[in-house]
Amino acid sequence: MPPDADVQQLEASALEELGAATDIAALEEWRVAYLGRKGRLTGLLRGLASLSIEERRTVGSAANELKQRLEEAHAARRRTVEEARVERVIVGERRDVTLPGPPLPRGRLHPITQTMRDIVSSLSGMGFQVAEGPEIEWDRYNFEALRIPPDHPARDMWDTLWIDYEMDGRHPMLLRTHTSPNQVRVMEQREPPIRIIVPGKCYRFEATDATHEWMLTQVEGLAVDEGISLTDLKGTLAEFARQMFGRDRKVGFRCDYFPFVEPGMECRIDCFICRGDGCRTCHRSGWIEILGAGMVHPEILANAGYDTERYTGFAFGMGVERIAMLRYGVDDIRHFYSNDLRFLRQF
Amino acid sequence: MRVPLRWLSEYVDLVLDPEELARRLTTAGVEVGEIIAAGDWQNIVVGEVVKLDKHPNADRLTLPTVDIGGGEQRQVVCGAPNIAVGQKIAYAAVGARLIDGHSGEPTVLRKAKIRGVESQGMVCSEKELGLGEAHEGILVLSAEASVGTPLSDVLGDTVFDFDLTPNRPDLFSVLGIAREVAALTGQKVRDPSIQYEEKGAAAKGRAKVTIADPDLCPRYVGAIIDGVKIGTSPDWMQECLTAAGLRPINNIVDITNYVMLEMGQPLHAFDYDRLARHHIIVRRAEAGEKMELIDGSKHTFTNEMLMIADAERSVAVAGVMGGFDSEVTDDTKTVLLEAANFNGPNIRRTSQALKARTDASTRFEKGLSEHLPPIAAARAVKLMVDHAGGRAAKGIIDEHPGKAKEGRVTVTMERLIRVLGMEPSTARIREILSGLGFGARWMPPDRFVVRVPYWRTDVSIADDVIEEIARIEGYDQLPTSQLRGQIPELVPQPRRDLRERVRDALANAGMQEIITYSLTDMESLQKVLPKGELAVTPPLRVSNPLSRQWEYARTTLRHALLDTLASNLRGDQSLISLFEMGRVYLPREDDLPNEAEMAVGVVSGREPDRWGRPTGDAAGFYAAKSRLAHVFSALRLTADYREATDSAYLPGRTAEVFVGGARVGLIGEVHPQVAERFDIGREVAMFEVDLDALLPHVSEVVHFQPVSPYPAVEEDLAIVVAEDVPAARALELIRASNLVANVSVFDVYSGDPIAAGKKSLAFAISYQAEGKTLSDADVAKERRRIVERLQRELAAELRA
Ligand SMILES: [Zn+2]
Repeated sequence: MPPDADVQQLEASALEELGAATDIAALEEWRVAYLGRKGRLTGLLRGLASLSIEERRTVGSAANELKQRLEEAHAARRRTVEEARVERVIVGERRDVTLPGPPLPRGRLHPITQTMRDIVSSLSGMGFQVAEGPEIEWDRYNFEALRIPPDHPARDMWDTLWIDYEMDGRHPMLLRTHTSPNQVRVMEQREPPIRIIVPGKCYRFEATDATHEWMLTQVEGLAVDEGISLTDLKGTLAEFARQMFGRDRKVGFRCDYFPFVEPGMECRIDCFICRGDGCRTCHRSGWIEILGAGMVHPEILANAGYDTERYTGFAFGMGVERIAMLRYGVDDIRHFYSNDLRFLRQF
Repeated sequence: MRVPLRWLSEYVDLVLDPEELARRLTTAGVEVGEIIAAGDWQNIVVGEVVKLDKHPNADRLTLPTVDIGGGEQRQVVCGAPNIAVGQKIAYAAVGARLIDGHSGEPTVLRKAKIRGVESQGMVCSEKELGLGEAHEGILVLSAEASVGTPLSDVLGDTVFDFDLTPNRPDLFSVLGIAREVAALTGQKVRDPSIQYEEKGAAAKGRAKVTIADPDLCPRYVGAIIDGVKIGTSPDWMQECLTAAGLRPINNIVDITNYVMLEMGQPLHAFDYDRLARHHIIVRRAEAGEKMELIDGSKHTFTNEMLMIADAERSVAVAGVMGGFDSEVTDDTKTVLLEAANFNGPNIRRTSQALKARTDASTRFEKGLSEHLPPIAAARAVKLMVDHAGGRAAKGIIDEHPGKAKEGRVTVTMERLIRVLGMEPSTARIREILSGLGFGARWMPPDRFVVRVPYWRTDVSIADDVIEEIARIEGYDQLPTSQLRGQIPELVPQPRRDLRERVRDALANAGMQEIITYSLTDMESLQKVLPKGELAVTPPLRVSNPLSRQWEYARTTLRHALLDTLASNLRGDQSLISLFEMGRVYLPREDDLPNEAEMAVGVVSGREPDRWGRPTGDAAGFYAAKSRLAHVFSALRLTADYREATDSAYLPGRTAEVFVGGARVGLIGEVHPQVAERFDIGREVAMFEVDLDALLPHVSEVVHFQPVSPYPAVEEDLAIVVAEDVPAARALELIRASNLVANVSVFDVYSGDPIAAGKKSLAFAISYQAEGKTLSDADVAKERRRIVERLQRELAAELRA
């Protein structure tokens, strides 16, 4: 058989099979069978080696032309097949777009975790780094180093759960009542400049009601450096409050007392309900308190070995539950740790 | 602390309306917690009890007839023991708005029959009128109040209820509040009069004061008032006390209370004739000493407690409460008035130990001024002379071993700017400070020398004075700025980073995060921990737990997850998967506990089908494992699982989890008996990972591996091995080949035609070489080697 005939025969069978292919997979199979690396056209070209130079040229060019024709035919057939498929879908294989897809498992973070992350991320953007500490603490760090000696009346501000462990007739170990003790721990170890936040759980000897929990989550902030003043504290807290609660919030400050700061203050935002006119929610003040703050008391800086003429600092602390309640409109703090999935899955 | 504005206005002109005044005070740090518009009474008038009948059906009830003016009378039912004919009382008609005496909630008075007798309105207690907490008896009004007058005309007043901070004992007084008001509104304070005539004999020689323990009593002032006539105090004084929440008793006691509320100095009146040898000795209690107090309570004292004694026995607990035996009675003729200063922390400790936190102790514990006692004593003597018919003795007894020096503080402008970030004018500073009673002397070129008024025991350093300036000026008036300095060097937080990555991975694996309490009870721990473990390593206990439910610091999270699961089961088979990232507290000898970070998850229920209905496989061991595997995959770690046992888990379906050769956790199906202790009647799988054990094996750095340009050859291989051969063993042997790029199990089968006690394992193997394309012969050769190894090590047979 002359080589020309091979080419013709190959073309005939190829086109016949191509016509029979009705889906993309069959088309691909066809492509591999005829045009692939191990396909029949390649085989034919390999067979040329046994021919004379003249024949080789004739058949070679015929084969190359055939390859081009087959590729075109394949492309055309592919278009037809695709159009037919689209047609089929439109006519008879529509999807009811209102039906759901198969379910994928969905997990969510606890609303306190979510709020905590937003707080941390806001403050990280201002250069504050996380520094964590123990939840079970020494009285020394939780109170004494913060200017709250034993029998100080300010201890009433933090009713305490004590660990049943006695030393010299006292209970030196407690469940920390705030995250402030870690300020002291960090200052013991580092030199200014310091910019840290301490997130974590705290505990109070406190009866539970709609606004009080005995376990709570706090974030404490501390900045110590040269040239830090009350105006920086105000600016930092105002920026934080607006990041958390919206750019259009009014942020206000009032004097308040914490033994470890001087001057001390409370940061407030305008009431969500009355926008400052005064209502029940805000106890007619027009304000809702979000955190306590102040300039670090020079005695605490001095205890850390810092030069109080050179360095000043500020500290602030907030309850994450309270922030979460305000953000999400949760009316009862007890929801957070009752872990009812009907509550948790809303966040 | 309740301050009636009518009383306040005696010392300072109130130029702002109450709401604005409350805002200004609150902003300056003197927080008005509540504005009580006492006097907003409707349908409540002054009545007079004209007749008192017995209730026919109840011994403890009476039937007073009340004249309510206009010739009308009403018979009501009353339960108060102190009601008497002739009293002027507050009569509330039906429809009046009152506070429920028991619940404390607002209520509207309705027509009612009480034990069969109709009550036409009622006679009110202080509590029912919102005036105080007293509810045992009715409020008795001044005899001069005229019948039929609306009660608001007699008692109406606005009261500020302050939430004060413990650093300002001076504010626990009406005068102290008046000073703040004056400073904030530019008014002047009118100090109350302390002038009186000394008509009695000299005090010296008639009584003696010995301070045996001056460390606890820096000052003791005694004043003597002779010829007092015990009776009721003047109406205006009773109204002040009532509005402030105290109950009038008699003129002497009322005066001591009045001056305490007015000036902040607690006072005590002794019956001079009942003090043995008229000798006051201030000393620590003898251990085991006993005494009955005014309120009838009996106490035993320790030698850390300070007592006021006479020559024979203790007559009062210093700064806390007087003794029963020496108190003023109706027969008292001569009063010895005590105005003293005590050590704050000691008073606090004593009052807490005796569970007697009184108006006196809460003031003393905050540290009062040593300068206050003679002033307050003089004020009280003046009132006793004026209102109890007394004759003041000449002079007072004043023992003063303390001698606090007058406070002087230097405030430089440099410090002021450093702290506040701005500089008020020196004129403004002087104005603010003098408004608060400070003396401010400008020392050119750059500083003030500030004299601290005696009542401001909280001010001792420059920053304290700076706060005064800032708070009166108003923090909102100060500018704002942003931190400018250098951002500190980053301190890595690998523990936190790991925790947050695991948290995200578990949530991404479809698990819901929960947060549970760190404290629990012994029963909960016993439910999930091996018998005896709690005895060997007992958990830390809270010495003052809020309830038995929260008594121990948890050493595991198992109970918390199972409890939460149990409380969320809703009677269907829906898949519930929960996790918690939390600490456990592992006790260490004489040290803080090790707070180990745990990640614990539970999964229970049936996997959802195409439509989300719980019809799929019940979630067991493998359901938990796939979720945990998700975590290791997120951390780019490989974990090994080795069969293990643990009392909380079901044997045969439990494994220890190893990473990098270290045991990092446990996984398995919860033992049905353990689940049952939580009322969980279905399969639960659980895993626990100790993040601290995992931490050393976590790498933040990913090393890029070049992607091989040579194609992989995919092949399946099925073998038959004994039932108890773990798949991981075969995988390990296959992986030992250099040419195996990847291998995974894709089928496990036992049963016909596999012989009993055997199982078939099918593996998908991917062969790949680093430097070339593998030929069929290369793959065949490697396959043979692998099969030989499996035969040799596991006695495996190749499955056709
Ligand atoms: Zn409001």
